[in-house]
Amino acid sequence: MSQLDTRNYDKFVSTETIDGEIATLNLGPTHPATHGVFQNVMKVDGERIISSEPTIGYIHRAFEKLAERRPYNQITPITDRLNYCSSPINNLGWHMTVEKLAGIHVPKKVDYMRVIIMELARIADHLVCNSVIGVDTGALTGFTYVFQEREKIYEMYEEVCGARLTTNIGRIGGFEREFSPVFMAKLKKFLKEFHIKFQEFDNLLTRNRIFMDRVIKAGPISAEKAISYGFTGPNLRAAGVDYDVRVMNPYSSYEDFDFIIPVGQDGDTYDRFIVRQEEIRQSLSIIQQALDGMPEGAHHTDVPAFYLPPKEEVYRSMEALIYHFKIVMGETPIPVGEVYHAVEGANGELGYYLISDGGRTPYRLHFRRPCFIYYQAYPEMVKGAMLSDAILTMSSMNVIAGELDA
Amino acid sequence: MSMAELNNENVLKALTDAFGDAILHSEMQFGMLNVEIPADRNLDIIGWLKSNESLKMEFLTDLCAVHYPEQKGRELAVVYHLHSWTRNYRMRIKCFVSAQKPEIASLTGLYNAANWMERETFDFYGVQFSGHPDLRRILNMDEMDYHPLLKQYALEDETRDDKDDSFFGR
Repeated sequence: MSQLDTRNYDKFVSTETIDGEIATLNLGPTHPATHGVFQNVMKVDGERIISSEPTIGYIHRAFEKLAERRPYNQITPITDRLNYCSSPINNLGWHMTVEKLAGIHVPKKVDYMRVIIMELARIADHLVCNSVIGVDTGALTGFTYVFQEREKIYEMYEEVCGARLTTNIGRIGGFEREFSPVFMAKLKKFLKEFHIKFQEFDNLLTRNRIFMDRVIKAGPISAEKAISYGFTGPNLRAAGVDYDVRVMNPYSSYEDFDFIIPVGQDGDTYDRFIVRQEEIRQSLSIIQQALDGMPEGAHHTDVPAFYLPPKEEVYRSMEALIYHFKIVMGETPIPVGEVYHAVEGANGELGYYLISDGGRTPYRLHFRRPCFIYYQAYPEMVKGAMLSDAILTMSSMNVIAGELDA
Repeated sequence: MSMAELNNENVLKALTDAFGDAILHSEMQFGMLNVEIPADRNLDIIGWLKSNESLKMEFLTDLCAVHYPEQKGRELAVVYHLHSWTRNYRMRIKCFVSAQKPEIASLTGLYNAANWMERETFDFYGVQFSGHPDLRRILNMDEMDYHPLLKQYALEDETRDDKDDSFFGR
C-alpha cells in the first residue's frame, strides 16, 4: 500500500489567524444537530463561541390557555405533549394533582402500577437522551441498539393504553383496566433481557476512551450555578446535588422502594451521561421491586364522579349513566383551592400549579417545565466552548422542545 | 429559630416576627403555606427567606401570575413557589399588583432562574419586572400587542354560535 502524501493536504488547512474576527452563526431553528426546534444565534470566533442567544417558542401551543377551557380529564392529552419522550410521567403527575385537589386516595396497587409505568417512561427517556449524546459524538451504533429496547417499552404502553407516544395513560382515580397478561409477559421479558442490551450499550460508550475524551469537561456547570439556575433532575444531580422529588417529597408510594440517587461531580456532559446510565439501572430495580411487591386489590379507586363506569353499566343503570354523562360533559363538582404537585420527570421536577374556583375547568394551570427553566443556563454553559461541544451540551441537557415551549 | 423541622406554623411565626404587618394574609392550601406580602416588599422578604440561616429558601421552584379581573386594584397575582432543599420545606408567596400599573421588582438578582420565568410572566400577563436585565417576550412573537393569558381574551372566537349550549351555560 502506498504511503499517503500528506503534504498536499496542507492546502485544506487554514493557517490564517482569525482571532478577533467575529462571525454570526445562526444555529437552528431546524438544524439537524439540535434534535428539536431550537434556535441559537451564536457569535463565534473561529470555532469558539463568544456568546449565544437562544430563541424559543417555535412550537408554543398555549397549553395554559387551552387548559382554562378544558374539563380536568381533558387536560391529560395536553400533558402528553410536554415532554413527549416520557408522556406517562406527565399524565400520571396530572392525575395525581387532580386527586390531591379532589381528595381522592388511590389504592396501593394503583400507586405500584403507576410506579412501573413511570419508571419505564424514565428508562425510555434516558435511553433517548444518552444514545443521542452518542450520536452527536459520532457514535451511531449505540443509538440503534437501545432504540430497539425503547420500542419494547412503547409496546408495553400500547398494551396498557393503546397509544405509544402521546399516551394519555391512566385515569383520575387509577387505571382504565388491569395490566393484561400480555403486558405482564412483556414486562417480565423486558426485565430479564433489557440489562444485557443495556450493558452492550454501556460497553460501547461509558469507558470508551474516544467518547470520554470527547465529553469530559464539555459544558460543565457548578452546583451553586445549577441551583441558582433552577436545575432539577439528572442535570442537577450531575453537578453533585442529590435532589430528587421521589425522595424529598415522595408521591405514589415511592417511599416503599429502595433505590439510590446517583450524583456526579463536575456537572459536565460525561457526568450527565453517567447519572442517567445509573438511573436507568435504578429504575429497573424499582420496577422489579414494584412487580414483586404488587399488592392485591382493584386497579382503580371508587370515585364514580371522576372514574368512568364500565360501559355495560352505563346501558343498564341510571346512576352509571348519570356519572358517565357528567364526566364526559365535564360537569363534575371539584373543590375550590390551590395545589402544587411535583413529580420527578425524566428531566427534572415537573410541577403542576392548579387553581380551581370550583368550576368545570381550572381557573389557572401553570406547568413548571424543568427544561424551560434550566435551558436559560445554556448560553453561560457554552460560552468559550467549541461549537461541537455546544451541540453536545444541548443534547446532554435533554431539552425537549415540547416541554420548553408548552 | 431552632433546627427543628420546619412547618407552616413556625415559618409563619418567623415571618411575622421579622416583618410584622408586611404579612398581609396567610392561609394553608392543601398543606402548603400561602403568604401574601405587599408587592413593593417582595425583594427584601424573599431575599430574607433565601439568606436566613434556618430557612434557606435557596430554590425558586416556580414563578407565574394569575389574573383576577374582578378584584379591582389587585387584578394580577404574582406567585412565587419557594423550596428550602436543606430543610425540605415548600411555601408559596403572593404579591398583588393592579392591572393598570403591573409593576414589581425582579428577582433575577436573587435567583438566575427568575430570568426566563419573569419573561414568561411578562409575555403572558404583562407584568413589568423592574430591574430585569432583558424583559422581552419569550414564547410569543415579539410583534404581539397583547398579553394572551389575561382573562379578557377568550380562547375561542366569540362570534361562533355552533358551540352554544344553553343547558350548560357555555
